[in-house]
Amino acid sequence: MAMNDAGAAGPKTADDAPARPAGMPMLHKAIFGILLIFLLALPFLVYPIFAMKVMCFALFAAAFNLLLGFGGLLSFGHAAYFGGASYVAAHAAKVWGLTPELSVLAGTAAAAFLGLIIGALSIRRQGIYFAMVTLAFAQMVYFLSLQLPFTGGEDGIQSVPRGDLFGLIPLQDNISLYFFVLAVTFGGILFLYRIVHSPFGQVLKAIRENEPRAVSLGYNVNRYKLLVFVLSATFAGLAGATKSQVFQLASLTDVHWSMSGEVVLMTLLGGMGTIFGPLVGAAAIVTMQNYLATLGAWVTIIQGVIFVIGVLLFREGIVGVISRWLKRPL
Amino acid sequence: MLKRIAFGSAIGALAAGGALAQDIDVTLGVLNDRSGVYADLSGEGSVVATRMAVEDFDAAGKGLNVEIISADHQNKPDIGSNIARQWYDVDGVNAIIDVPTSSVALAVADITAEKNGVLLDSGAGSTALTREQCQPNTVHWTYDTAALANGTGGAVTNAGGEKWFFLTADYAFGHSLEENTMAVVKENGGEVVGNVRHPFPSQDFSSFLLQAQGSGADVIGLANAGGDTVNAIKQASEFGITQAGQKLAALLMFVTDVHSLGAETAQGLNLTEAFYWDQNDATRDWSARFEEAHGAKPTMVHAGAYSATLAYLAAVEALGSAEDGAAIVAKMKEADIDDALFGKTKVRGDGRAIHDMYLFQVKAPGDSTGEWDLYEQISTISGEDAFLPMLDECDFTKK
Repeated sequence: MAMNDAGAAGPKTADDAPARPAGMPMLHKAIFGILLIFLLALPFLVYPIFAMKVMCFALFAAAFNLLLGFGGLLSFGHAAYFGGASYVAAHAAKVWGLTPELSVLAGTAAAAFLGLIIGALSIRRQGIYFAMVTLAFAQMVYFLSLQLPFTGGEDGIQSVPRGDLFGLIPLQDNISLYFFVLAVTFGGILFLYRIVHSPFGQVLKAIRENEPRAVSLGYNVNRYKLLVFVLSATFAGLAGATKSQVFQLASLTDVHWSMSGEVVLMTLLGGMGTIFGPLVGAAAIVTMQNYLATLGAWVTIIQGVIFVIGVLLFREGIVGVISRWLKRPL
Repeated sequence: MLKRIAFGSAIGALAAGGALAQDIDVTLGVLNDRSGVYADLSGEGSVVATRMAVEDFDAAGKGLNVEIISADHQNKPDIGSNIARQWYDVDGVNAIIDVPTSSVALAVADITAEKNGVLLDSGAGSTALTREQCQPNTVHWTYDTAALANGTGGAVTNAGGEKWFFLTADYAFGHSLEENTMAVVKENGGEVVGNVRHPFPSQDFSSFLLQAQGSGADVIGLANAGGDTVNAIKQASEFGITQAGQKLAALLMFVTDVHSLGAETAQGLNLTEAFYWDQNDATRDWSARFEEAHGAKPTMVHAGAYSATLAYLAAVEALGSAEDGAAIVAKMKEADIDDALFGKTKVRGDGRAIHDMYLFQVKAPGDSTGEWDLYEQISTISGEDAFLPMLDECDFTKK
């Protein structure tokens, strides 16, 4: 539904965007190809559940990056869509007995709806005020998740069944579930890539660089901002809904404000405004959290140190630096 | 990522294996909070307690090669369930021990049933583990919120604290604790004169405490946990509430919390626990050994990890294998356990371990002879009275 709007607003961009070669550049094609081959082999190299977690967070960070990196909007409440969708998807699978793909869609739709309401109200403000408004709404969603009867309070929704995909293919096995998650997240990331490189994405970048100029060129800036906000919330929701199917639970961790902070960290560390940065950032952070778990409180300290080093030495993030060396956008 | 501690040297195992013709590999995973709010009451101490159980059971001498691994679930159910799955799938763990934080415990209980492992839960309080989400592979050893509510609510009311005022954390856990305790208070002829809900988590309890003070209640029940309880007690002490004659009753509190508050602040507080180090010779002796290894006195969660592991190892030895988790739990349910720390204990059909609970009062600083001399025992609550009756559909011994 959201894309129809983009199409309707699209034609105007023809005179704005510089002429670009049609389709995906070879370099990106190659990277996506290698990534796909790597991901197909991954469940046989590492523990599949861990790999699925990384992919869910990669999609989450990529969705956040659409808003921050390409829309220039710093939301500090993305946990609301991620966690909100995971609650709805978990409830749909457990109580309504929906199949996994329908549960994920239900969660995603809920996130889109949430994004529409919160987005419509928060894009009226800019900068720090925008961030604070989104944070305030996210805290409301956290409160609701704690209090509403269907969420199970601080216990969360537990023992969500792993159903049969389309009612046919059983997903109880880790490997078959892995390929379902791979399809969802990889598809989601390709879709985000397409959005960024569409005429709609060009207008977004224009707004990010110089909003008054975009207004003077005749763009309805608020409409673009709302749309990118909803899209970002939707894909964050897709990631959260998928995560709830992987872990078979939805809990307060996913709606907590620290989750909103984590996704900012992943995006900045990997490289804001790059396609592959959020994926690298998410993989780095999740791997650290997983393999340094025994160090306890040191994990957050190490994360903080890495973040400080990142900001001081390579402000464009890991992929941003590589992209500068290669002199190609990644 | 995981800390590995191997037991029973290869030579010892070989010698024992030759003698007993029994050579069973057992891997125990201690999964708890090692860095957050529950690190003191569970954490490394539970690993120490589990190790003591393996030594005291003389596992190596009985042909059991026991390995203990541990990890930090950071009180996050997704991290906890990820570790639990990995332990069962990759590391060959046979039983998971401790698991505080109800949300994590419930997630691990499901995975344990799916993988036919054993969950020996000591740290979590949710009654759902043996009720709404009961599983044939779960043993819930130490306490649950219903037992704490029964203990504190019933015993304090019978001891003359008839008018109650509740200070309740405003979320599901607080509500259920309040509801359980209210029911017990009324059953024992008490009266609830009021209650107030505070946001979770909360820093400032002054207005709530003033309400409680003005309510004319004999007892102020703290239906909250962790930092909230500690903050409420500190501020109550500043207001001089206990000195003015009202009693404070904490519904979920551990000896380590009282220790960090100090007797000065916590004096007069009523609370229920399943174990206290200074109860009898056996607990004193065990706790002294524990303190030597760990540097602090054990909590009931540590004691539970020890005793549950002992009972588990006995069942494994009897069956001669650690593979079939459901069978081991069924075996544990058959045994009449006379435990050094918990006394007579019976694991019920639903996995709930039934043992006595005790109501304690925190000593005044003048009566306390040392930093850990904190409690005075007021009464004993028998296991049948303390724990909720078993639900029929959760009695796995029938099937």
